[in-house]
Amino acid sequence: MNDCKNIDNCPQAEACSPKVQEQDKKTGDKKSGSGFIKELTKGIIVVNPVFILILGLCPVLAITNTVTNALGMSAGVLFVLLGSNIIISSIRKVTPSMVRIPVFIVVIATFVTILSLVIEAYVPALHKSLGIYLPLIVVNCIVLGRAEAFASKNPVLLSAADAIGEGIGFAIALLIISLIREIIGTGKLEIFGKQLFEIPGLSEHPLIFFISPPGAFLVIGVTMAILRLAGVMKYE
Amino acid sequence: MNNLFTIFIGMVLINNMILAKFLGLCSFFGVSKKLSDAFSMGIAVTLVLLIASVSTSLIFNYILVPYELVYMNIVIYILVIASLVQIVEVIIKRTNIALYNAMGIYLPLITTNCIVMAITLLNSSENYSVLESVVNALGAGVGYTLVIIIMSGIREKLDLADTPKSMRGLPIAFLTAALLALAFVGFNGMV
Repeated sequence: MNDCKNIDNCPQAEACSPKVQEQDKKTGDKKSGSGFIKELTKGIIVVNPVFILILGLCPVLAITNTVTNALGMSAGVLFVLLGSNIIISSIRKVTPSMVRIPVFIVVIATFVTILSLVIEAYVPALHKSLGIYLPLIVVNCIVLGRAEAFASKNPVLLSAADAIGEGIGFAIALLIISLIREIIGTGKLEIFGKQLFEIPGLSEHPLIFFISPPGAFLVIGVTMAILRLAGVMKYE
Repeated sequence: MNNLFTIFIGMVLINNMILAKFLGLCSFFGVSKKLSDAFSMGIAVTLVLLIASVSTSLIFNYILVPYELVYMNIVIYILVIASLVQIVEVIIKRTNIALYNAMGIYLPLITTNCIVMAITLLNSSENYSVLESVVNALGAGVGYTLVIIIMSGIREKLDLADTPKSMRGLPIAFLTAALLALAFVGFNGMV
């Protein structure tokens, strides 16, 4: 199933689907409760969207300069993933496979529009700081990837669990990167305007490099190397 | 005229799509392993960007704004981009088979490339006219091509270097991108 990372150009798309259906049957045979938990926890480490599947990198680098932005973005992606996975999974039997990608895209774009309008109305400050990256959730590979690889082949409850798991996995990756960048780059930690702590010395002379764009590339590169040494990520 | 030049230079060097805005990273790391592939990808992205921004800015200026439908822009743009890419693919296949073979597999990938969506959304949020949108898209395409070509040149050499096992592949590519981005920070304040 993880071979289907590349949706547009996946030669194994047909080869993968019987496997997934088999797996679906297996989880269906068991108690639905244990399948739910399995799908929920899988996204957090085993198929973490950012560190394992390397999907949806743009927001991971762009809005991790503060922890507040990272939390807002994670909540947004979780909402869109959950909504689109539930809808796509419930219409999976009436969607012709020829036009499934356009159908998925319209469903996802609808949820992104809802999210964008709601955030603009109730949290305008967050809407301003996320800027262009909020509407860009629509082309985030994680959302379309989960729709194609999981929600289009599995029942609603399991798809919802998969969405929550992947959303939490994405949030964890964003949190790790943004914590490193904000603490080293500003010398303090602020969440939604409340200052949690301040490192004396570093906060007077922060290493601004870490909150600048080049710092983002450096932090994620080093984090990946450390995760490989720790055995979480695979070697090439 | 001066304004158009500022938009172009700003898009190529200062607000570079990859190094300053982090857009199109999937294709940037995926296709920058070989110089020739990187060049084809750059041309394909520039082409789609130009066509997509002409049509979306026409739709924005003459349909969405007069009928007060701006809130629908995300849904409309993604559908326009997806169908445009399909049409471009068919036209290139019928008219120039050599060009199709050179960049055929990259064209469908561009639909989900965030650069195209980002540029069309930027054009409408900045209220650019059709001409300004085209210059903006051209700048973004040239900037993307420039950076992906530099990156692929470096990565071809990096393959021969003795990198530590844990850094091989993506992590070292990220560190290379960090140094490149640091170099591009030097262009800040140029315009």
